[in-house]
Amino acid sequence: MDAIPIEHGLILAGILFCTGLVGVLTRRNIIFVLMSLEIMLNASGLAFIVAGARWGQAEGQIMFLMILTLAAAEVAVGLGLIIQMYRRYRTVDINVLSEMKG
Amino acid sequence: MLDLLWLLPSFPLMGFLILVLGGGRLPRQVAALVGAGSVGLSFVVAILVAVAFLNSGEEAIVQELWTWIAVGSFTPGFNLYLDGLSLVMMLVITGVGFLIHVYATGYMADDPGFARFFSYMNLFVAAMLMLVLGDNLVLLYLGWEGVGLCSYLLIGFWYTKPENGYAARKAFVVTRVGDTSMAIGLFLLFAHFGTLEIQELMQTADAEWAPGSTLPTIAALLLLGGAVGKSAQLPLQTWLPDAMAGPTPISALIHAATMVTAGVYLIARTHILFELAPSVQLLVAWIGLATLLLAGFTAMTQTDIKRILAYSTVSQIGYMFLGLGAGAWSASIFHLMTHAFFKALLFLGAGSVILAMHHEQNIFRMGALWNKTRISFASFLIGGLALTAFPFTSGFYSKDEILIGALELEGVGIWLWLGGVVGAFFTGLYTFRLIFIVFFGANRGHHCEGEYGGWNMALPLILLMGLSLAGGFISIPVETVFSHGEPHEEHHVSTLMHAIMIVVPLLGIGVSYLFYGARTLSVDRLMASTFAQGVYRFWQSGWGFDKLYDALFVKPFLWLSAINRADFVDSIYSGLAAAIQAGNKLMARTQTGLLSWYALTIVAGAVILITLGVML
Repeated sequence: MDAIPIEHGLILAGILFCTGLVGVLTRRNIIFVLMSLEIMLNASGLAFIVAGARWGQAEGQIMFLMILTLAAAEVAVGLGLIIQMYRRYRTVDINVLSEMKG
Repeated sequence: MLDLLWLLPSFPLMGFLILVLGGGRLPRQVAALVGAGSVGLSFVVAILVAVAFLNSGEEAIVQELWTWIAVGSFTPGFNLYLDGLSLVMMLVITGVGFLIHVYATGYMADDPGFARFFSYMNLFVAAMLMLVLGDNLVLLYLGWEGVGLCSYLLIGFWYTKPENGYAARKAFVVTRVGDTSMAIGLFLLFAHFGTLEIQELMQTADAEWAPGSTLPTIAALLLLGGAVGKSAQLPLQTWLPDAMAGPTPISALIHAATMVTAGVYLIARTHILFELAPSVQLLVAWIGLATLLLAGFTAMTQTDIKRILAYSTVSQIGYMFLGLGAGAWSASIFHLMTHAFFKALLFLGAGSVILAMHHEQNIFRMGALWNKTRISFASFLIGGLALTAFPFTSGFYSKDEILIGALELEGVGIWLWLGGVVGAFFTGLYTFRLIFIVFFGANRGHHCEGEYGGWNMALPLILLMGLSLAGGFISIPVETVFSHGEPHEEHHVSTLMHAIMIVVPLLGIGVSYLFYGARTLSVDRLMASTFAQGVYRFWQSGWGFDKLYDALFVKPFLWLSAINRADFVDSIYSGLAAAIQAGNKLMARTQTGLLSWYALTIVAGAVILITLGVML
């Protein structure tokens, strides 16, 4: 079976990463921001996998497992925070939280 | 007994501390007792010390108390020095000062600042005693500045009136000009001799410096600057007439016993230095002559009773300077003493008159007081006679000695003498103008119920009258201080000169009688021409010195400070601060509090870093 060229994998990862980034930057609903973050994490995971497959190394997959764990923990904490935020402000609009304005 | 010397300045200083710490809580009687009593005790100690000193036959004694400052080789001690000169000074200061304090307990009786007044007075006396007893120039300078400070506090004693504050500031600033010059003189002397002990300094200066060379001339000039400031001589005489803003006992204290005599004392104390600089010494004489004439003319045109006396003080100190410049050291100190008697008498008498006239000071709104205020009249009569050097009063002997001293000077002596005699004529004129207007003629002002105050105001006046009359017979033990072991020559002056010196002041009195007593001659007719009026106004303004200094120094200074209101140097630093604040504001605007904005900046930063990493 022909191996998928590394460029294709990396381009896909880049597109995914940029999609996530644009979501983080433009979305005001904090749940969507969190989802966009997940996309970015997975994009970087994909890049690791592709790179690991290209050189036949296991570290790529190990890194992906670690990112997966990290993402799970992040989602747990993030969702908890979102619930707290919703309780206090009755909204999930991220721009409401601007008390640290200089 | 001589060991008691240190008590002399300590008593007034203790009085000051008690009054300052006790403040307004002390009852008036206690404050008066502490205030006058401390100076009285000082006077008693002064007499004991003086008797012991004269019996001991020593030329000078030094009482070492402690080392004041120790910086390397510079170790001025807190030592007191007593010789004939400081003996006379301390007796005058404590004696006349005590009488003035006693008088002030009556004069200030109704004043709310009673305790404050006496605390300043005590500090004044303490500072002046420090000045005359200090055995090095640093200690002398301490007293010198202390006197300046107290004069500031006392001239501005009634501080609620802005013009009093102005007069106090003027006195402080003008004397400061002289003080600065004196401080530089001290630096110069210390730089050359490494010591400021007066006796040591004078001896080494005498040994090392050639007479008439540059250095002693500069040093003497700088010290003269200090003396001129404190003693209100040309060109720094402008502060003294304004110093009349203070209560009258202060004027008496400043003019008679303390402050203005400090300059005369300084020159007498450092007379060896002045002898090494003959040109400066001659300058002293000329300054004295110019001042005494200028102040004499001005006194004739004043209408305020205290200002007349103030200008007469300036004029009499001018005589002392004339004597100092002519080398008649002991005559000057003698005149200083007799002047302290009769000027204190005149000022205290003026105080009584002012109170009897309900705080009126304009002599043209007084009159016919001679049988209503008999004690004041007697004070003025005796004080005035002594001031005009009427034969056998105290002023006669002292002024006589000064003029003879001036006459003995070779070359210019005759001119100095002539100037002094002319000054004596005007002294008689302005003094008796005052007396005739205030005590004779018709009353042109308030109704007067008679003498104000009780025995505590009358007694000092009576004692001072006695001293003014008989003060000329006191012989002061200053010959050893000034003669340096040389035998004293007898004065030989022709009888004609003596006769002139006696007659001229009497002429002055006579002329003033014709104008103001008998009114045979009319001032109005004299003042008819515009020229005379111009001269009158010129003299009345004190020869325009106030205006001159206003134009020369005050206005340019105010102008400079007006354009530099924003403070150029300061603006550099405030500009720096403003730039930083602007930068801070700019940076603070990036802190929007918006999460997406932070994320964007992180991304942008990462992109930039990665780009840099790739490209480099």
